[in-house]
Amino acid sequence: MTDHAVLAQKFVANSPRAHWHDRALWFVRAKRDLAAKSLPEWEELREHASDIKAHCVAHLADYLEEFTRNAEKLGVQVHWAKDAAEHNQIVLGILQKHRVTKIVKSKSMLTEECHLNPFLERHGMEVIDTDLGERIVQMRHEPPSHIVLPAIHIQKEEVGALFHEQLGTDEGATDPQYLVEAARKHLREKFMAAEAGITGVNFAIAETGGFVVCTNEGNCDLGVSLPPVHIACMGIEKLIPRAQDLGVFLRLLARSATGQPITTYSSHFHGPRPGCELHVVLVDNGRTEILGSDDFRRSLNCIRCGACMNTCPVYRRSGGHSYQSTVPGPIGSILAPARDAAKHESLPFACSLCGSCTDVCPVKIDLHHQLLTWRGEIARRGLLPKSKSMGMKFVSFVFQHRWLYEWSGKLARFSLRVLPRWMIYNRFNAWGRQRELPAAPRSSFRDWYRHRSKNDGGKQES
Amino acid sequence: MSSREDILEKIRRKKFPDQPLPNLSEFGIVYANRVEQFVAALKSVGGSSLRVNTLAEADQAIRDLDVHRHATKTCSLIPDIGEANVDLDAVDDPHELEDVDVAIFPGEFGVAENGAIWIDAKNVKHRVVYVIAQHIVVVLDRCALVDNMHRAYDRLSFATPGFGMFLSGPSKTADIEQSLVIGAHGPRSLTVVLVENGFSD
Repeated sequence: MTDHAVLAQKFVANSPRAHWHDRALWFVRAKRDLAAKSLPEWEELREHASDIKAHCVAHLADYLEEFTRNAEKLGVQVHWAKDAAEHNQIVLGILQKHRVTKIVKSKSMLTEECHLNPFLERHGMEVIDTDLGERIVQMRHEPPSHIVLPAIHIQKEEVGALFHEQLGTDEGATDPQYLVEAARKHLREKFMAAEAGITGVNFAIAETGGFVVCTNEGNCDLGVSLPPVHIACMGIEKLIPRAQDLGVFLRLLARSATGQPITTYSSHFHGPRPGCELHVVLVDNGRTEILGSDDFRRSLNCIRCGACMNTCPVYRRSGGHSYQSTVPGPIGSILAPARDAAKHESLPFACSLCGSCTDVCPVKIDLHHQLLTWRGEIARRGLLPKSKSMGMKFVSFVFQHRWLYEWSGKLARFSLRVLPRWMIYNRFNAWGRQRELPAAPRSSFRDWYRHRSKNDGGKQES
Repeated sequence: MSSREDILEKIRRKKFPDQPLPNLSEFGIVYANRVEQFVAALKSVGGSSLRVNTLAEADQAIRDLDVHRHATKTCSLIPDIGEANVDLDAVDDPHELEDVDVAIFPGEFGVAENGAIWIDAKNVKHRVVYVIAQHIVVVLDRCALVDNMHRAYDRLSFATPGFGMFLSGPSKTADIEQSLVIGAHGPRSLTVVLVENGFSD
């Protein structure tokens, strides 16, 4: 897997675009701040959300059974999948049973994680992503770069060119209103032709057996209210105990995501439409492993609002695709190595440990602490690239030997002053690639302190 | 072992620190003037509102709406409100609703903090009508407003099969360069008619 830093370097090479991306996300972050400030109980609300999640995890097996029982009472068919392959097979089985070839899908990070679309396409099915941003990236044959704003990396001129080529819009047209109208027409046809609808799940309720899906466009409701089959795919961590807990999460989700007070549609599904089928697929795919880890369990609190991405100085300046993970940004950099640490070893280092993600997280995940813990974990498992592990070993050795430390300090102060620039700023100095090193002082703190004590007896200078 | 047993067994293998569930019965912001707050929140999410005194006035106000006057196909789920020419119960296939211009339906209650309205599809044959119509009009009792989402869930029960949703404004997207466009897949406009002496009389 290519290092995050290498891909990020390509992203920032186009400076105006990188700045545009940074500003677009900061704009969303600012809207989130306004929305959060509109509620005096915001911090308590986060506390409640975190408590509900902790409670639910402590009783997860019981709640999953309760959910299944209640859902089945409502006429829902509940399936369990250990991993992505089993999930895909279950979905395929349902679709084949109904001889479905045309499917509309509304946003679901889980089906992205399981690579459901290419799997169904290999079996001769057409899967249309109906969230506009997801449709745009699907037409470009690329993955989403953000979990809430899938096309945040794409400029309107590019959407215009794409739509001109594939939907026949006017050449050079870039007006978002016009482009959305064209997409509306195109996707209406897909909705009308679909034989099954697939959705994700934002929250599933143990006490009722129902679940909630949130969208702004209404694509979930159009997608599942016309065809006779609705398949809802969810990770087992999407469960909450009580219907009243939705009050907490629906207040937090949209405000944290886009600064809206609530999403336009918060649809509560309790059982199938008369004469139709409703399936829920409960998926593990590595979640029980994260659950077993005291360090990383809280990452399963995530409600996928994307606030940690919008605020992250590294995400904003490196773009979602640099992470090469379904969920990018701070939360993705915790979840991806949990799935495959060797493949995603660079992600916990794509972080300045500023802690902004932890501050905005609506469910109080200690994101930057977990990222730091992951760094240690990656070193322990021997997954660090040579450049990092050798450097760490060297520095560790120096820090353990006082004489060497003092001597190294002297050498560094001397060399930085006298060596020519090309000897200091070269390919071995990663830090100096974009920055100037600080000017070297003449003496060390230790020297200065010793000298000072002798001259004035340790009194404060005035 | 079935996948179900396998997953449950993996979860039960370890004890996790427990946490009591919060008591939400008194929690949440309270507004001095719910109607004012609701109308402002509704406006902020792209909806518009009208205030009338009686259901008869609501009917007249809805007939006077531009979207209604220009509509070819109108569907109303409230008896004697609006000039309806699509009878939902007479429609077999929901796809036939593709070209409905205006749908008029009741809201159960509104939420002041976010302008959302609870829509209950109980006894509604095709719930697609809420999202497939080009324009929607919701009739809401002015007295049926709650302060926040916690009070909203106090009013809801999900004991029987069904579908319901919080609807907050018309369908929208900001997926092209964060430019807000109203009318993504669903309704291009939402008008809420707040009735002073609502459905009770």
